[in-house]
Amino acid sequence: MTSQAQADSGGLFSWLDRSHTVAKPGFSRWLVPPAALCVHLCIGQVYAFSVFNLPMTRLIGITESAPDDWKLTQLGWIFSIAIVFLGLAAAFTGTWLDRVGPRKAMFTAALCFGGGFLVSAFGVHTHQLWIVYLGYGVIGGCGLGLGYISPVKTLITWFPDRPGMATGMAIMGFGGGAMIASPLSVLLMDYFSSPTDVGVTGTFITMGLIYMVFMMVGATIVRVPPEGWAPEGYVAPTESKKLVTTAHVHVDEALKTPQFYLLWGVLCLNVTAGIGVLGQASAMSQEMFPGKITVAAAAGFVGLLSLFNMAGRFFWASTSDFIGRRNTYMIFFALGMALYAAVPWTGETGSIILFVAFYCVIMTMYGGGFATIPAYLRDVFGVRYVGAIHGRLLTAWSTAGVLGPVLVNYIREYQINHGVPKADAYSVTMYIMAGLLLVGFLLNWLMRPVDKKHHMTEAELKASMER
Amino acid sequence: MMSEPTHHEDVSGANKIKLVLAWSFVGIPLLWGVLNTLAKASLLFK
Repeated sequence: MTSQAQADSGGLFSWLDRSHTVAKPGFSRWLVPPAALCVHLCIGQVYAFSVFNLPMTRLIGITESAPDDWKLTQLGWIFSIAIVFLGLAAAFTGTWLDRVGPRKAMFTAALCFGGGFLVSAFGVHTHQLWIVYLGYGVIGGCGLGLGYISPVKTLITWFPDRPGMATGMAIMGFGGGAMIASPLSVLLMDYFSSPTDVGVTGTFITMGLIYMVFMMVGATIVRVPPEGWAPEGYVAPTESKKLVTTAHVHVDEALKTPQFYLLWGVLCLNVTAGIGVLGQASAMSQEMFPGKITVAAAAGFVGLLSLFNMAGRFFWASTSDFIGRRNTYMIFFALGMALYAAVPWTGETGSIILFVAFYCVIMTMYGGGFATIPAYLRDVFGVRYVGAIHGRLLTAWSTAGVLGPVLVNYIREYQINHGVPKADAYSVTMYIMAGLLLVGFLLNWLMRPVDKKHHMTEAELKASMER
Repeated sequence: MMSEPTHHEDVSGANKIKLVLAWSFVGIPLLWGVLNTLAKASLLFK
């Protein structure tokens, strides 16, 4: 019995098996991006989790925090745990996902992410923080990681002619998820709140069920192409060209190549710089333009950045299909360096329009970095194990998620403690971020095709297909 | 893996309905989110 057969569940859950997800003749590949979006629009909620922080500091006191209420610092860990488990789940489930196919993975992600909300609702109801850490942080975080990587390989296989655009569409959903989740959470908390309840429990239960159903719709729609399928008019290249290979590299072998670590660094540095400035965008806009940008306007500014972050994911990933992945990242790093370094100058000139415009372009490249990396991996390592390799590479995201905010906050605090005015404290931060991008530029410049000794042989490839 | 390309995609009436339904299912919530965000962002330029 092959491990593929062993991976098939049979019985009630047989519809989840890879063998049941092979598309029948007439299936349109354009149904796959919405299936992927069903998952990514849901898990993108993680970026809006902070909307629950303040209400969760008033679960006992209701109108204001009581002594036994949770502190903001304790609640901040929920998001951090979720992001760490996102990285871990993506890294450790990639190979399993390759074997069982996208439907089972998306179904599992739905159970984890929706279930995480339900477990957290119980934690909030009983006022036990460790249950919330376990629910949203650990279980939900696993759902995040699994959900994030589950449609990637399927999309690349369906769109060999436009892999950047295809994965860009899905990963765009991750950027857009917070834009739905934030107002939805506020609406639901308003609905469920009463003089004795801030409404978080009811909101968690409702959102958990909505997300579970929504993600399962995606799992139902998704299909994998039959063996040998190719879009009309597409002729698969028979020879590798520059950084686009026709060979395949096994996930374990990929970890032995310098290319994996170069791309790890490229992603990590692009994300570190982006996360760092994104986290302080609101405070920075108000302190650089005192009296001109209000608290409400700053909130609008952050919303605008989310929009450009989302749009950049689709725009840059699609553009990379025409100009190449390496060139796309060259633009991210070169243009990024110039813009990061120029942001303090916009403060000096007092131009809000330029400040907002520079920041918005920076955010498109932050999002674009996430969305273009799967196609870059496919170009460098081939299609066969791209899902698993992508999963391993996402540990760079987890690292950047810690590194970016710590770096920015530490540098800013150090300067303020040494007498630098608040409005000027951002200048050094931005120059350091520009320096990080310079390192990223060099790493990307060093990218070369993977040595042929790492390529899978025909026999290895055939054996991997049978597994 | 794609040695012998086969082409069987068609956009029949049934497929068109499925496509409209699937894209609406994800597009409508996304549009709602985008409009909400734009409404908030407009405060920046007032």
